[in-house]
Amino acid sequence: MLPRKRPAALLAAATLIAATLTACSDPDSSSGTGAAQNTLVVATSGEPDTLNPVLGYGADGSALMFDGLVARDAQNRLVPALAEQLPTVDGTTVTAKLRSGVTFHDGSPLTAEDVVFTYRSVLDPKVDSTIRSDLDMLDKVEASDPSTVKFTLKYAYAPFLQRLNLGIVPAKALQGQDVNKAGFNRKPIGTGPYKVASWTPGDRMVLTANDTYWGGKPANDSVVVAFVPDDNVRAQRARAGEFDAVELAPKLTGGFTGVAGFTVHKVPTADYRGVMLPMKDPVTGDPAIRRALNVAVDRTAMVAGVLGGAGEPAFGPVPPTSEFAEASIAGSGTADTAAAAKLLDEAGWTAGADGIRAKGAQRAELTLMYPAADSLRKELALAVTSDAKKAGIEIKPEGLTWDAITPRMKSDALIMGWGTPFDPDFVSYKLFGSQFAEQGFFNPGSYSSPVVDKALQDGRSQTDPAQRKAAYATFQKQLAADAPWVFLTYLQHTYVIRDNITGVSPRVEAHEHGVAGGIWWNLHTWSKN
Amino acid sequence: MEPAHLVQELITVIRRRLAVAVPVLFATTIGMFLLGAASPMDPAMQYAGAAAFTATPENLAQIRANWGVDDPLPVQYFRWLSNLVQGDLGWSTSRHEPVAAVIGARAGWTLLLIGITLAVVLIGSLVLGTIAAYRRGGLFDRALRAAAYAVESMPVFWLALAAIAVFALALGWFPAGGLTDVTATSTSFTDVAHHLVLPVTVLAISQAPWFLLFVRDSVAESLRDDHVLAAWARGLRGRTVLFGHALRTALLPFLTLIGTHLPEIVGGSVLVETVFSLPGLGGVTVQAALGSDFPLLAAITLITTAVVLLANLATDLAYTAADPRVRIDG
Repeated sequence: MLPRKRPAALLAAATLIAATLTACSDPDSSSGTGAAQNTLVVATSGEPDTLNPVLGYGADGSALMFDGLVARDAQNRLVPALAEQLPTVDGTTVTAKLRSGVTFHDGSPLTAEDVVFTYRSVLDPKVDSTIRSDLDMLDKVEASDPSTVKFTLKYAYAPFLQRLNLGIVPAKALQGQDVNKAGFNRKPIGTGPYKVASWTPGDRMVLTANDTYWGGKPANDSVVVAFVPDDNVRAQRARAGEFDAVELAPKLTGGFTGVAGFTVHKVPTADYRGVMLPMKDPVTGDPAIRRALNVAVDRTAMVAGVLGGAGEPAFGPVPPTSEFAEASIAGSGTADTAAAAKLLDEAGWTAGADGIRAKGAQRAELTLMYPAADSLRKELALAVTSDAKKAGIEIKPEGLTWDAITPRMKSDALIMGWGTPFDPDFVSYKLFGSQFAEQGFFNPGSYSSPVVDKALQDGRSQTDPAQRKAAYATFQKQLAADAPWVFLTYLQHTYVIRDNITGVSPRVEAHEHGVAGGIWWNLHTWSKN
Repeated sequence: MEPAHLVQELITVIRRRLAVAVPVLFATTIGMFLLGAASPMDPAMQYAGAAAFTATPENLAQIRANWGVDDPLPVQYFRWLSNLVQGDLGWSTSRHEPVAAVIGARAGWTLLLIGITLAVVLIGSLVLGTIAAYRRGGLFDRALRAAAYAVESMPVFWLALAAIAVFALALGWFPAGGLTDVTATSTSFTDVAHHLVLPVTVLAISQAPWFLLFVRDSVAESLRDDHVLAAWARGLRGRTVLFGHALRTALLPFLTLIGTHLPEIVGGSVLVETVFSLPGLGGVTVQAALGSDFPLLAAITLITTAVVLLANLATDLAYTAADPRVRIDG
């Protein structure tokens, strides 16, 4: 045997390994473990796909690198941010005066042109913005002078100021470019408390403090946001001590309860889950069935079992923490099977041999759809199924993809979830307004009530807070009477934060709580002792 | 054999392989587009995330129109193909950046993980498998085979979670995840190496049984071959016979095993990357599939297919170069 054959035989493996070793990016020779003392490390599951507010980044405000004209405080009340004071509303004209002396991260001054550019970009059909629908009411936006912006609305819209928290981008950095593909979207320039130092896709983002922030120098030097999509991995890495603060599913926070050095935060939300009952179905269209289901479900048990205690019973779409919440619609939370039976008896739904009720030839049976990938909604669907059975209503739960669910929402019940703490108009106007029947996800069950329609319209067009409150009280009472949905639970979002972190100030959260929202809203005031 | 003859032989292999590879690559991309079209996911809804539920249908339709994802499939395919010919891999709708940038930022880490793992698996299984074959039936052989069969039945993500529980949490020897120390300001070599120990070990252990058992069995068999027995009879040293004769005979089919097993290692690396939160192609592939991100999915599929085809070609070349019969003929 010839000796030269040996290397030849190993050629494949050797070249492959050599190729891979040279293919990887050059490791930096300098060791980089010397972290600043006051660096916060936070871990979240979701990684943004863009950092441009125009395209939807930080749509609820608190975008870390950006500021809106207004912001929200710890009670979710509007406070002026880039606007010197809360903008003034005069019918369909809204005027905002800019705070003076604010500069972008690149040193250029903030002007009214930047604000105009930002809003016009969102409205531009060529821009792939998913928040354009939020600005349906906006007719035009103009700069009256370098520090004044004038918004003209198509119709009176009371909560418009809430929409002014959109992060403002510098016109100069984006003008004349394709906003969808601009490099800005990954290396943004804002006015906010943080600048983006680096972003390793799939791994982490490093933010450094903006020392010249108009709102005051951040309390920490930098923030590392680690993206760890897997829940269990995030919990394990947190336990290994890698993170100062981490977002975890309620059941995983259990492992941290009572562990020295960590505090579990359970943050209330406006994020509800409920059963949408379509009006066209002969069973769910019967008010008696809907009301019976409403009293038959054991919300307390769902909170304890399905949510692991991290939640509270829901009775309507306005969270109890909202100033618009109507106290009279809340119930007991526990199941009242006897009351459900009474409602059904009175309406002529009588029990058959198998325990399932029927009215004439119509059996009390319905299909309840849920997105199969969402384990929380699945468990809620199963809980509703077993509670309903006790009242003599047979439910067939069915786990599907959204695309299989969408065409069937008109006629089959569905576990839906949504909710915002900011204004009842945002979600409820489209979800329960009759003119949105069968339009996408808005009002798929075709709920229609003239009382609700008027109340929702009053809620958006009247500016007097007392009148708005009265309108939403009417709305909530009518909704409770008609029961187009069975509201089940409000979730709590859960976080584990080290005890040596100060400045944490949870506030009621919306459905989404990625890097830009959630408990991180005032990250710039957190510091490490 | 004369070198000229060998070179000619190798060129024939390359030509034959390329004649197959090009149609295979085309078929793969067409199949990918067909599968993508059959997927019920709406890319605009995936892109919008939770905003999909408040965005008006017109808003989402406008985004789809901007992307051209509602165009007929052949139109989308030929647009993609003509861009590819011009060196443009397209725009990733799920990551919102050029496909080339998505892959460029991540492929290196996946290749590094797979490359090191492959080296560890190959060297480890050759050495351990040969020793086990030499002492077949002995304690080491039996223990090794038992372990191999046990590992074969363990899912790789389970192995990974177990490794984290023991070596990261209980013992604290290695980090539980990530590419670098989470507060590191740069990507240093030692830091990355330290973070790769557990993922590489887990992936290597999960892939080793097939290679190990293969080496052990084929060496054991070749120990009974005439030329090996003859070598023994000539009184050559044990180590020379074992590694010089028996292992060499077993090496040729082993090369084929590497080629055919590569896709499985790639698959395993996706899971390992997920568990150890490594920024490789794994996570982004899943995201692309869920978001009906045709351009990204097509590019990743194309690259993976090309790598597997290249590996097969390298195997064939090595086989041709090393096959004793070629040499005898020459």
